Amino acid sequence: MGKKRIHKFYMNNKYIVLDVNSGSVHVVDKIVYDILEYYETETLDYILSKFTSEYGKKAVIDVYEEITKLKEQGLLYAPEQNLVGLSYNKDNVVKALCLHVAHDCNLKCDYCFAAQGNFKGDRSLMSLETGKRALEFLVENSGNRRNLEVDFFGGEPLMNFQVVKDLVEYGRDLEKKYNKRFRFTITTNGVLLDEDKMDFINENMENIVMSIDGRKEINDNMRKTITGKGSYDIILPKFKAMAEKRKDKDYYIRGTFTNRNIDFSKDIMDFYENGFKSVSVEPVVTSEKEEYALREEHLNRVLEEYEKFSREYINIKKRDKDFNFFHFMIDLTQGPCIIKRTVGCGAGSEYLAITPEGDLYPCHQFVGEKEFNLGNIFEGIKNNTLRKEFKEANIFNKEECNQCWARYYCSGGCHANAYYSNSDLMKPYKLGCEMEKKRIECAISILANLGD
Amino acid sequence: MKYIKTLVGNTLEKSKLGNQGCGECQTSCQSACKTSCTVGNQKCENK
Repeated sequence: MGKKRIHKFYMNNKYIVLDVNSGSVHVVDKIVYDILEYYETETLDYILSKFTSEYGKKAVIDVYEEITKLKEQGLLYAPEQNLVGLSYNKDNVVKALCLHVAHDCNLKCDYCFAAQGNFKGDRSLMSLETGKRALEFLVENSGNRRNLEVDFFGGEPLMNFQVVKDLVEYGRDLEKKYNKRFRFTITTNGVLLDEDKMDFINENMENIVMSIDGRKEINDNMRKTITGKGSYDIILPKFKAMAEKRKDKDYYIRGTFTNRNIDFSKDIMDFYENGFKSVSVEPVVTSEKEEYALREEHLNRVLEEYEKFSREYINIKKRDKDFNFFHFMIDLTQGPCIIKRTVGCGAGSEYLAITPEGDLYPCHQFVGEKEFNLGNIFEGIKNNTLRKEFKEANIFNKEECNQCWARYYCSGGCHANAYYSNSDLMKPYKLGCEMEKKRIECAISILANLGD
Repeated sequence: MKYIKTLVGNTLEKSKLGNQGCGECQTSCQSACKTSCTVGNQKCENK
């Protein structure tokens, strides 16, 4: 069977048709939706015999002609993208770092993929010297790219904040010297946020990702202090103050949902009611064996929850356009190019994670997995085979992605999700795929509704 | 068109500027997610 060239779905009172290879999106009447089911495989005579009694002969012919016209314009049933000769990052340019400035944490969240901050190793903080070398490594390997990204990550990066500050300063020197532009961001649990840190972050970071899980009881069930108490009352006021300070600068309040809060739309709404406008809530990444893991048996409820929330989201967006749920954002007109959509997140190639000791990993989720060590910032990338594997894990080479209508939106999904669920970078995480497909449908149906 | 409203036209073919991409856009995992991959919601910085 050939690859599906269109994907159609009905959601939030709209019949929507997505043309996979051109990226075109159409909102159609039900008659079009019905006829499209047969357009490619049946004759006009057959279609007339099937639909004339329901819609009338003229309407069926008119619709048939409209579909044909769009096909001729390359907006429906567009042929597969020809990317022969695609040469992704042939110079091995590195443009983004996840800088693990602290492999230590002052919270003890039950679901932490970083094993309470130390990534299965010793607790440690990155020295300023190592941090500087990491920034130099980035500049040296960035080729002609001007925009470079550094996310201060952990563990908890505020536990090593002086180094963060000094590295920002050092980055500014490097910018001038090499005509680069650093975009610094930080991901924090908020415990150590105070006025000074907030001011520094506000001034110097292009984005701050603030981790908290929504409703107090949900947050406190997972995100605990070292003594086992809930963290909500400590962090919420700080995050509110931080968001307030950001004004028109970017921030995200970011939560995780597990099978204990499949009703996660309530957590998103809790964020909104607390005044947060940029919100992300993500499915937990963990072994299926964990009690709180999302498993096949939870999938339908999760998908229903996304769809339910999309209805609520449309209503909110109509009165508050500043509210954004990360996974319902989609940029149909100014979105990324086909190359980006083909190769995905860039982990292991353009994007690398660096440990406090200076070891290089494909991304933060692989840190601590010895077989994924790529080298270090002092000697450079040593494991070229691994880098090549990551570079080649794209939607054309992954069998399942190659057939999937959503391939140009998720771009093959998360490598770490694939590896941890299937022990295979080339085999996507099935649950993740289903959730992503639903989120894309939600996002497009939201746009279709807001366009009215 | 009477029955079909096109929300957005051919965006993918038009974005094919050579077979390399300029690479100036933000790395997807740096924006907010950190545990999944959502590329379609990012902005091109070369337009």
